[in-house]
Amino acid sequence: MSTRSLSKGCFVFKPSPKKRKVSRTTAYYFREGSSDLEDSELRFATCQSLQKQVKSETEQIEEELNEQLFDNLVSFLRRSHSAFQEKKTEWTCRTKSREIPTAALVLGVNVTDHDFTFRSLSEVLQNNVTPYIALLEAKDCPGIKNLMQKLLGQLMNCCIDVDSSEEEDYEHVSRSRVRCSMTTLINWYESATKRTDSETPGKKRTSSRHWQSPPVVVIFKDMESFTTKVLQDFVVISSQHIGEFPLVLIFGIATSPMIIHSLLPHSVSSLLCIELFQSLSCKDHLSTIIDKILLTTQFPLKLSEKVLQVLINIFLYHDFSVQNFIKGFQLCIVEHFHSNPLSVLCCQLEEAKRRVNSLSHNQCENVRRLPSFRRYVESQVSEKQIALLTVDSSLKEAVQKLLEDLNVYHENYFPILRCLHVFTSSLPKYPLGKQIRELHCACLENRVWETEEYESSLQLARMLNKSDLVTMLQKCVEILVSSPGREFDEIVEKLKEFLTQFQKLEEAYQERDESISPQKELQKKTNLYHLQKTLLELKESRRSKKLTKFEMLRFEVVDYIDSLVRHYLVPADHKTLHEIVYFNTASVLREHLNAAPRIALHTALNNPYSYLKSEALKSDGGSISNKAPDICIAYKLHLECGRLINLADWLEAFSTVVTAAEGPTADAASSDQVDDVIHARFIRAVSELELLGFIKPSKQKTDHVARLTWGGC
Amino acid sequence: MSLAECRSAGALEVKFVPDEDVLRHIADDAGIKVQKGKNQLIANPKRFVKKLEAISDDEAQEVLEEKSYVAVLGVCGEESMTNGSSVGGGEVYTFQTPKRSNKMAELASELAQTPGQSAVPDPSKCPEKTAKTPQSSKRSSSSQVQQKTKKNEFVSTTPYRLRKRLAAPDAQLESESEYSASCSEEEEGEEAQKEVSTVLSHQKTPAKTKAVSTPPSRKTLTKKKDNMNDLVEEYFEAHSSSKVLTSDRTLQKLRRKRLNQQTLHDLLQKSPLAYAAEIKELNQQYESLFSKWMLQLHLGFNIVLYGLGSKHDLLEKFRTSMLQDCVHLVVNGYFPSITVKSVLNSITEEVLDHIGTFRSPLDQLEFIMKRFKEDSSLELYVLIHNLDSQMLRGERSQQILAQLSSLPSIYLIASIDHINAPLMWDQAKQSLYNWLWYETTTFSPYVEETSYENSLLVQQSGSLALSSLTHVLRSLTPNARGIFRLLAQYQLENKDNASYPGACLLFPHLFGMALLAQSQWHWHSVQVTS
Repeated sequence: MSTRSLSKGCFVFKPSPKKRKVSRTTAYYFREGSSDLEDSELRFATCQSLQKQVKSETEQIEEELNEQLFDNLVSFLRRSHSAFQEKKTEWTCRTKSREIPTAALVLGVNVTDHDFTFRSLSEVLQNNVTPYIALLEAKDCPGIKNLMQKLLGQLMNCCIDVDSSEEEDYEHVSRSRVRCSMTTLINWYESATKRTDSETPGKKRTSSRHWQSPPVVVIFKDMESFTTKVLQDFVVISSQHIGEFPLVLIFGIATSPMIIHSLLPHSVSSLLCIELFQSLSCKDHLSTIIDKILLTTQFPLKLSEKVLQVLINIFLYHDFSVQNFIKGFQLCIVEHFHSNPLSVLCCQLEEAKRRVNSLSHNQCENVRRLPSFRRYVESQVSEKQIALLTVDSSLKEAVQKLLEDLNVYHENYFPILRCLHVFTSSLPKYPLGKQIRELHCACLENRVWETEEYESSLQLARMLNKSDLVTMLQKCVEILVSSPGREFDEIVEKLKEFLTQFQKLEEAYQERDESISPQKELQKKTNLYHLQKTLLELKESRRSKKLTKFEMLRFEVVDYIDSLVRHYLVPADHKTLHEIVYFNTASVLREHLNAAPRIALHTALNNPYSYLKSEALKSDGGSISNKAPDICIAYKLHLECGRLINLADWLEAFSTVVTAAEGPTADAASSDQVDDVIHARFIRAVSELELLGFIKPSKQKTDHVARLTWGGC
Repeated sequence: MSLAECRSAGALEVKFVPDEDVLRHIADDAGIKVQKGKNQLIANPKRFVKKLEAISDDEAQEVLEEKSYVAVLGVCGEESMTNGSSVGGGEVYTFQTPKRSNKMAELASELAQTPGQSAVPDPSKCPEKTAKTPQSSKRSSSSQVQQKTKKNEFVSTTPYRLRKRLAAPDAQLESESEYSASCSEEEEGEEAQKEVSTVLSHQKTPAKTKAVSTPPSRKTLTKKKDNMNDLVEEYFEAHSSSKVLTSDRTLQKLRRKRLNQQTLHDLLQKSPLAYAAEIKELNQQYESLFSKWMLQLHLGFNIVLYGLGSKHDLLEKFRTSMLQDCVHLVVNGYFPSITVKSVLNSITEEVLDHIGTFRSPLDQLEFIMKRFKEDSSLELYVLIHNLDSQMLRGERSQQILAQLSSLPSIYLIASIDHINAPLMWDQAKQSLYNWLWYETTTFSPYVEETSYENSLLVQQSGSLALSSLTHVLRSLTPNARGIFRLLAQYQLENKDNASYPGACLLFPHLFGMALLAQSQWHWHSVQVTS
């Protein structure tokens, strides 16, 4: 069956049921598309398990991050609810006050993440507070009628969910037939609560989980996109009935809380009793995710500097969306396991060692082809070299050892990185970056101690005052003690020794009289810039002078930290077998996540040679060969025009170029035939340009089209 | 430098629109003159900017940061994209800038005269020639050739030097002035000959500002600043007058008959597809990605294809090779009367075998989502050619399609062509779609996509719609035909009446009404007779 038709645009293809096989699994496609068939099943399984692990981990992190916010919300609900219960007893209060308790939830601009937040919020509320929750989105509610319909539908459905099976027939009124009004809602609420009240003994567990006469929570997911009319109407209507059932609104806000007042006039907003809640900013969110997922040894897959940079840039410059960041990371996982046959070894150490033993010969060859492994082989003595290159078993042995080394390297790397971050994050102007991710990138990129920034941060660290230095050292000790690395006992000892020395120094100071105090005084009052300046001056003048004890000690500490950095923070690509655990094809990631369709079009039109590798198209710079495809020539010609393009001129120019390209023979036989063909080609090129959005028909002048883009030559 | 020489230069180009060309010849010189005046004007603010720059190094840093950002994000993979991909976003399609009216003809003749096919057999040399020397060196007179090339060079490189000069006013001053002096001498010589026409053409041609060819890769920090400034001036220059200067020639004057769709199609069939081998190679490259696409579809991503050239055949190939055993839906987005409703209908009616109607597309969508969530064995592949077509690019359609595609058991693979297509999606939609982008530049002609008689130059015969109409009309009974005629008449009478509620009724609706009326009338007549 063809999909070309003049009468319809949608075609459904259904394979006949007996022909329909068991649909192919994802694993099948993984194997099919994989560049190398080695161990593809195992790789796929590892990939899947890792993805699941990452997913659950991120979800857990998010839950933890939201916990505080949700606790606050629940206590707010409790407060507003208790007010309702009091009111219920007092008739006077009930008639007087019409304010609806409202929580304004400021969530930030990363709209795509909100979905998850709301889902877990409604889960939390459902479990602890009330079964009656309605989540409303602007796109479902163009009018108040739709809103009420949606609201009732969700509420009545959730009611069924709670006291399931037995009363199905009772609630099975088609919701489209229910008249959607506030009265229906109230009636429904009364009957629903009465039911749960009356059957207390049997249904104890449901009602105990929720509160007495649970509130109805209506969540507006994206408050900004609701039309003002709908919101106003809803607030006004429901405020009329607030005395009859406990309603609580939650507004999800992406911009600022001011939006409530700009959306709702005073008369309406005065009906709301608004309390503000702020969620964690997405930047902090990202830092936590990076901290817990990338900067641990928990997950075997690591990201190289470029890849991480791409992901972070997409986050910072495009969407602020943590979900997208995680999606990017998931894509990295798939790509890594899909493209790299050796990724089968990218798992926990014990498992990896086991897998090394069962590597096939081909896989061993793959190992031998790794550049980092080659470097390693070259550094060995010749007999060892031969053994590594020819005997599989000795290779496997070496690989096991190297993998272990790599693991140890990571175990040491992250704690030391954190220690360094403790130092650099408190320096003025943050030469190595404020966030640990920046420091991580710097360390991955190349030897961090060779960079200028590192040099300057050491300079600054040598000027730290004592109390800062002591707290930093204490922090470092904490980090190192809590980390699982094996070699840290020694380092911890050393740091503790520094701490006691500082302690002693203090005691010694107190005994001494304060002869140098005026200078100290001076330093304390000036700002950091002046401090640095004066200190530098002092340093100049004091070159010959003897350093004080404190200064000596400080130098010692900084030097020690420096030595730690040089020892442990070697960039990963200097390590043998880093290709196995590091995903480093950033270009793939960029192409698929952050594509530039306009640039692709631009390149194709201006420089067809970059796609069509034909000698005839080769040209330099910005010009174009006259043998280029028709659309390129038409495009190039139209670039020379202003807002309007004369089609006749365009055609003339086009045919000039095309006939010239076809050579003098065509010129000689310039019959109508040739002209028509060129004419047709021109028409095709122009209509293609129209489809691409470069031009559009114009009525301003006969036979003219309007240009829609500018520049781009 | 004499009259004779000028004449012979003109004679060289007589073969291509002589009048125009002479005008152009003069216009060039005039253009340069104007430009020179402008240069001096710009030079002053430039210096001012320089000073400002020294004060605020913050800004410079910002630019640097931006640059590094572009370096990270803009410059793409080395393997697939080469030269052009280093273009930053801002340079690709910027604001409107003024253009000279007969610039196109000039470029055309330049392109046409590039050797590379006839005179010079050496292929290694030819690309260079295409760019630099737009003259075929047939003339024997050496002095003339010299003059010619000089002039041409001057024309095509002026904007460069202009920018360079602005960037470094002191360094290049000497050599620069020397060069322009010699040129102005030349101009004077010519001007003396053709004073009158110069004056005329002076008004006709605004200053030339854009280079024929500016390789975008050569870019420095200072140059960027210059570009900014130039851009601002050019923008206002371009928008200063609402009049657009184009020639008044029409297609009619070319005595070309308008082609209709059929002849156009036939003609294009006759002409061979250029670079078929290379295009095939490109396609093979993309076809090797098919199973990867399947994998990624199964992992919850959706795939969007972009790039120049029709992706219809590629997707069709994907369909026939990968989706034979699966339920799938093909949507021709370029089909002129496709709606999101028809997409939803074909899912509910044909895929889910549901009989019944829905009150709104939202209800229908909800139904589909519910069914797919309930039954995990249901799987549907959706192929959409031209997701960015006129009919589907609306906000609501995109919202619905995005929600559809977010279902884990619906796999969407779509293609886009319009340069502004990504603007259809905001963050929310984009995350629903969960796209993976694939560049598939095929260079194949958009045969299917442009075949529905909506093209500019094709004779708007309406024969297609008309023939289908008569076809249906013939199938009606005489009574129904009569009713239809009444309806159509009523429709036509009221078409300008704004308050008439059925102003936007289409033919299909009318047909439907006619048929309904007929069947009821029939029923009525049966009752009467019995």
